[in-house]
Amino acid sequence: MAIGRPLSSARRRARTRVATLLALAAAAIAPTVRAAPFEDTIAQRVLACTGCHGEQGRAGPDGYYPRLAGKPAGYLFNQLRNFRDERRHYELMNGLLALLDDAYLREIAAYFASLDVPYPPPAAPAASAELRERGEALVRRGDPARSLPACTQCHGDAMTGREPFIPGLLGLPRDYLNAQLGAWRSGQRRAIEPDCMAQVARSLAPEEIGAVSAWLAAQTVPAHARAASDAGASLPIPCGGLAPPIANAAGGAGR
Amino acid sequence: MRRFSGALLAIVVVAALGVALVIGLNRDDDLERAAAPADAAATIARGEYLVRAGSCFGCHTEPGGAPYAGGRAIETPFGVVHAPNLTPDVTGLSGWTSDDFWRALHNGRARDGRLLYPAFPYPNYTRLIRADSDAMFAYLQSLAPVAKPNRAHALRFPFDQQAALAVWRALFFRPARFASDPARSPQWNRGAYLVETLGHCNACHSRRNVFGATAGPLDLAGGLIPIQNWYAPSLYDDREAGVGRWPERDVVALLQTGVTATASVQGPMAEVVARSTRYLSLDDLTAMADYLRTLPGSGEREPAPARATTAVATAGERGAKLYTDRCAACHGERGEGVSGAYPPLAGNRAVAISPPANLVHIVLRGGFAPTTAGNPRPFGMPPFATVLSDQDIADVLSYVRASWGHRARAITPLEVSRYRGAASR
Repeated sequence: MAIGRPLSSARRRARTRVATLLALAAAAIAPTVRAAPFEDTIAQRVLACTGCHGEQGRAGPDGYYPRLAGKPAGYLFNQLRNFRDERRHYELMNGLLALLDDAYLREIAAYFASLDVPYPPPAAPAASAELRERGEALVRRGDPARSLPACTQCHGDAMTGREPFIPGLLGLPRDYLNAQLGAWRSGQRRAIEPDCMAQVARSLAPEEIGAVSAWLAAQTVPAHARAASDAGASLPIPCGGLAPPIANAAGGAGR
Repeated sequence: MRRFSGALLAIVVVAALGVALVIGLNRDDDLERAAAPADAAATIARGEYLVRAGSCFGCHTEPGGAPYAGGRAIETPFGVVHAPNLTPDVTGLSGWTSDDFWRALHNGRARDGRLLYPAFPYPNYTRLIRADSDAMFAYLQSLAPVAKPNRAHALRFPFDQQAALAVWRALFFRPARFASDPARSPQWNRGAYLVETLGHCNACHSRRNVFGATAGPLDLAGGLIPIQNWYAPSLYDDREAGVGRWPERDVVALLQTGVTATASVQGPMAEVVARSTRYLSLDDLTAMADYLRTLPGSGEREPAPARATTAVATAGERGAKLYTDRCAACHGERGEGVSGAYPPLAGNRAVAISPPANLVHIVLRGGFAPTTAGNPRPFGMPPFATVLSDQDIADVLSYVRASWGHRARAITPLEVSRYRGAASR
């Protein structure tokens, strides 16, 4: 049954992070104690999420639990579905979402999308200026010679995403960006077909992924950054996750 | 020489008799055909209901996959069994007749004559009535065909051999009919049929012997589910999951919505509610409650926790601190919980059950109750697998198991590590 899936990746990751965790103050580590009295709110109902993704979904302390706050609702809903239906693989997420239906996942997605929480300043750039320059070129111009679109063509010139399905690229840790692009490249992370990001990631060389991640992670997020609303604009390649949400195979009733 | 050939002859005769016995004990029961129903649409609708009551979805559907198109890997102590495609495609049940389907459910035999593995719960389904089997078949045949070739099982020798399966069946399986108890009400008998036969509750709620066999569909004494290592508690025992002392409405609510004011289903039982029991009619849920509340032993024991040990004292201070930091915000400083949101831990029998498998799993993985019509926006508990060590979890759970009237034994870090590792193959 879905509940009994491997914990091994979580354990491996937990081990590699022991040092980081010890270095952080206990209060900074998820899950934390609520001081407020019980109130039946959606925030209360999703404490299972904010335990790891940080208060108000502002991101976990270690780069592995990305920010949820302010991301486009359609994007968040798609990721929740992808974890539930095991197109994305992380055992704890797969297990948590396995028995939640589309209606509730939409509500959870809409809640986190509605939050406007300030971003922390970007980490000091760890990569060479040359590498970041190469990253910026790929982000802004792509590589027309091999039909590689620029990131900005879909994610917006400001790279803050486009409503309702395309996420922003800023305010994400370098490790997280590397891990996601790598997972897309290897097929570990999938989206609804046609999987445009898999196509993009597979045409990037590993060092190009490193360059893109290094540059993106070093950018400052504009205050009150919101996804652009030009949803009707055409995209350079077809993307399955951008269709209006349809009932998944098992249907809202079956799951 | 004569003595030797005599011994040889005796061995051959005994072996032949053994083979004949195994073959004889694998003979199919008769077909017991039912009259064709008049209303095809109503039959399909009834079939859908029965397929849900039979929890077929859980095994015969991959996560995110087409319903009933199979492919899900079921891990067993003997290897992996892949649930087959039940849709009417050539890769599924196209070309099957209702007789073939009945033979599979009642006799555990495929259309081509192969014996089926009892991961498919035909030791329970054998007691289905033929008209129900026909309705289930009619529903499955009404689905859109999905082209999805079946994956071969990956069982270890000798479990991959039909001969071994024949011996297993000779020992542990006989086709059977459901027999109503005339001393009981029709409602109680309906409950018995749903629990023992369609719902195959004992597939989890009983102990399996080394050959993977249960003591039969009437055994609901609880057991550790192989591989998954969740504990399916005894339905006889009020200290575990016996409901003899529960009001009927709470039993119905738990099966229908996944929650009561003080409890929620987690782990494999959450799947059962999400895929099966939440779709059942109030009449059928009441019948199940009626049956479960009269199981032998039910209502006879005080729901008091088991053995006390002294190991708790050492873990006490650290456990208490961890509880205050990590748990008390939701479950309360005195384990009182929040009605309708967070289960109380004081007086919660799931806290004190041994083996403490479920308690450890819940802390490691967290979880939401399933979304159901009666509980469409469930509360959730965060996973602690990545933030608490085995020692932390042992300490905090040992503290909980010795607090607020609980007298259950302490949990060791080794146990926590075993449950952490149990699911990580």
